[in-house]
Amino acid sequence: MPLGKVSLRRVTGRAWAPVFAALALAGCAENYPQTTLLPRGDFARLLHDVFQTTVWWALVVFVLVEGLLLFAIFRYRGRPGDAEPEQTHGNTTLEIVWTAIPAFILAMIAVPTVKTIFATYEDPGPEALHIDVIGHQWWWEFRYPEYGIVTAGELHVPVGRTVRLNMSAADVLHSFWVPQFAAKRDVFPNRPTHLWFKAEVAGNFPGQCAEFCGIQHGRMAHRIVAHEPAEFEAWVAKMRRPRPAPTDTATPPAAGIDSAQLATARKVLPTCAGCHAFSATDTTRGRIGPNLADVGSRSFIAAGWLENTDENLARWLRTPQAVKEGVLMPNLGLTDEQVTALVAYLRAYHQ
Amino acid sequence: MATTVAGHPHAAPVAAHAEKTGLWSWITTVDHKRIGILYGVTAFVFFLIGGIEALLIRIQLGAPDNTFLSPELYNQLFTMHGTTMIFLAVMPLSAMFFNYLIPLMIGARDVAFPRLNAFSYWVFLIGGLFMNASFLFGAAPNQGWFGYANLTSRQYSPGLNVDFWTIGLQILGIASLAAAVNFFVTIVNLRCRGMTLMRMPMFVWMSFITQILLLLAFPVITVALILLMFDRAFGTTFFVPAAGGDPLLWQHLFWIFGHPEVYILILPAFGIVSEILPVFSRKPLFGYAAMVFSGAFIAFLGFGVWSHHMFAVHMGPFADAVFALGTMLIAIPTGVKIFNWLGTVWGGSLRLTTPMYFALGFIAMFIIGGLSGVMHSVAPHDLQQTDTYFIVAHFHYVLFGGSIFSLTAGAYYWFPKMFGRILDERLGKVHFWLMFVGFNLTFFPMHFLGLNGMPRRVYTYPAGLGFEFWNQVETAGSFVLAASFLVFLYNIFVRSKRTTAADPWDGATLEWSIPSPPQEWNFAELPTVHGRDPLWEAKRARGGSLPEPPRVSGAGIHLPNPSYWPLVTAIGASTVLIGIMVGFPWVSIAGGVVLFVGVYAWAFEPAH
Repeated sequence: MPLGKVSLRRVTGRAWAPVFAALALAGCAENYPQTTLLPRGDFARLLHDVFQTTVWWALVVFVLVEGLLLFAIFRYRGRPGDAEPEQTHGNTTLEIVWTAIPAFILAMIAVPTVKTIFATYEDPGPEALHIDVIGHQWWWEFRYPEYGIVTAGELHVPVGRTVRLNMSAADVLHSFWVPQFAAKRDVFPNRPTHLWFKAEVAGNFPGQCAEFCGIQHGRMAHRIVAHEPAEFEAWVAKMRRPRPAPTDTATPPAAGIDSAQLATARKVLPTCAGCHAFSATDTTRGRIGPNLADVGSRSFIAAGWLENTDENLARWLRTPQAVKEGVLMPNLGLTDEQVTALVAYLRAYHQ
Repeated sequence: MATTVAGHPHAAPVAAHAEKTGLWSWITTVDHKRIGILYGVTAFVFFLIGGIEALLIRIQLGAPDNTFLSPELYNQLFTMHGTTMIFLAVMPLSAMFFNYLIPLMIGARDVAFPRLNAFSYWVFLIGGLFMNASFLFGAAPNQGWFGYANLTSRQYSPGLNVDFWTIGLQILGIASLAAAVNFFVTIVNLRCRGMTLMRMPMFVWMSFITQILLLLAFPVITVALILLMFDRAFGTTFFVPAAGGDPLLWQHLFWIFGHPEVYILILPAFGIVSEILPVFSRKPLFGYAAMVFSGAFIAFLGFGVWSHHMFAVHMGPFADAVFALGTMLIAIPTGVKIFNWLGTVWGGSLRLTTPMYFALGFIAMFIIGGLSGVMHSVAPHDLQQTDTYFIVAHFHYVLFGGSIFSLTAGAYYWFPKMFGRILDERLGKVHFWLMFVGFNLTFFPMHFLGLNGMPRRVYTYPAGLGFEFWNQVETAGSFVLAASFLVFLYNIFVRSKRTTAADPWDGATLEWSIPSPPQEWNFAELPTVHGRDPLWEAKRARGGSLPEPPRVSGAGIHLPNPSYWPLVTAIGASTVLIGIMVGFPWVSIAGGVVLFVGVYAWAFEPAH
């Protein structure tokens, strides 16, 4: 971590006071949920190790070279009337030395770099859980062929089992980023890319698209939810549970929604179904909008950044274009009553 | 041809040249010094525009979930900020120094092709105006300065935004290529007697290498832009995956241009610093030959590392390893340069003038940018760094901490020569410290933000990711940085003082041997040099400073005639391209006619 670098730079800037404040603030990577500096997966750890090696060398070079520069500035400061200094033109020995030393340092970095490059390209083996990751403008789709389920916005993975992400894009280039467990890889509409990692801890972590992909690139986020193995099985089971189709005329009653609301929601739902699937086991490809099977229980909506409260969900349904300008979901002109009914419906049947 | 610069003192006397003034004299000028000033003023205005774009970006990012800018406008601003700073500010500011200094430093009366030089400037001006005119249509480019396919396809970018960018860059490319040919030929052919290659000032050497880079890199982006233009205007599918095209092809073409472009932006800065450090250390540049060869080596390697911008595209371990190692290799000649600058300062008798402050500041900042560059070359960890603010920090340390610090050093250093006015030293140092502090406040925290997960090119970020504090610091820093340039402007327009001293800094190179500002023909008599620091040698031989060079009548010196055909030709060439964008063939045809008339008249116009 470039923590020492802060202090040194500030020292060279002769501003001692902010050093410690800066160190304190920069030091707490815990305060940054999306940080790359606290690896929690094997892939991220591989990268972090070689990065630390690099940072230490960089620090040494930084201190030495900036130190030499500052020393020279103070030591050789001239005064009016000084005699002309000795007119040196160069020194071959020195040239060789300061070519060789950086070459040596680079070799110290190059060896672990190349080793790690090859390690990151290793196939994770047949035991890995395969997950298809598909980038869309501006949300992520996750498909689990092993379980026959699809979800969006939240990548659920088990702790302790390697997952292999098979990645592609539906429209333009994106880049899928799992800073805590792995890193990022670009995704393309015409060439498959891969990433693998094994999560070491459970938790709900943020990530976001890292390749500029149009007007809402800045709001194309996702969550990475790592579960303990048993919990993960439970999540899969929950996802596989049948849910009422949006066109069902005989939706069974459920808690949290009254029959009037249900009737109202049913009138609107066929419109929604034009772009969205409502069952996790509906693996049809090419839908414009994300699968909504479990939207009621996701931690965030609107591609991983808007907290999933009733109020936010209602705001989104009412005027998606005001929440996220340029998003592919149009303002549907729903009435307040329809919005309330839809929120209740999604909460009741799509947990 | 236009090789009119070889003036013969014994030629038949002609009427003395009167000082030319007025707007028309600037429009028709073919004098490399005036064209240099035109480049400088234009580029500085674009630099200020790019700076205002940066401030708007910083205001937007000063708070989480900010709505100061709409997402669309933000995307336009970050695209135009990058495009402007690279193509309309730093490159043409370097071109100002190429224009003004190369003929003076090699002892020539002008560049090899003075009218082509005027043509380059006019094309650059039209390209810059055209690109910025997009704002008037609410359709400024919004796809990033790198314009990755297939976001740039008609399907995903139906507006004119991408067309303004594609056509604008092609227009600017014409200017860069024409200028590169011109300076290349000038340096090869017009050096004065005794100026062997290994006696050229380091700025000329670095400029020479830059022209070679331009000549080899710009055709690649031109090809890429033509393919994109065909995709958009005529429905071809080079980059359209649905029809079998490949977006990755764009990335390769773009970065085969884009990485050498980085050195196009920094090598002139290396050259400027290499002129300033010896003068204010009062000793020659340390390791001249090593400096030349390291510069050439950097340029050579620069063509073999483009894919280090693409480690995240999954190229395979061998490609990643080759590009990682190649990139690391560049650190060696770069280190050689830094150590030789230190060697130049070492043992000197430093005069800490404003140009020297900026030159030393350049070294200090460039070291940081160089080190973070090595960190990116660690390909596996680049998978974390790429497309985050860590990268934004890095390239601002090399482009601002590097190029802009150096260009500013050059501006203070050569200002007296160019304008016959010297900038105030105390204000200059205020400028330096504001810029140094503002720069580091703005860009250093980006290292933390990037490593802690803030991606680039996002129009906002949510509260709760921890990005608030450093973004606020950066926004505050950006205003300090902006203030430093207000001080600079104040210094230029209010506080600079007249000076006619030919050699105010005790310079070593030929430009200080002639009056400030130089007369149109530069040298009353073409000089002969016997070493690398001709002026120092002359002063040493004389045992003190030289007498002020007299202003002479210029009788008997052949000068190229003023001409407006370069401007006409520039308008014609640009119109052809703009016609393709607007989709009216007759616009292109009319442009073609103007272009033809311009070139024809140019060819048959008496050159002098």
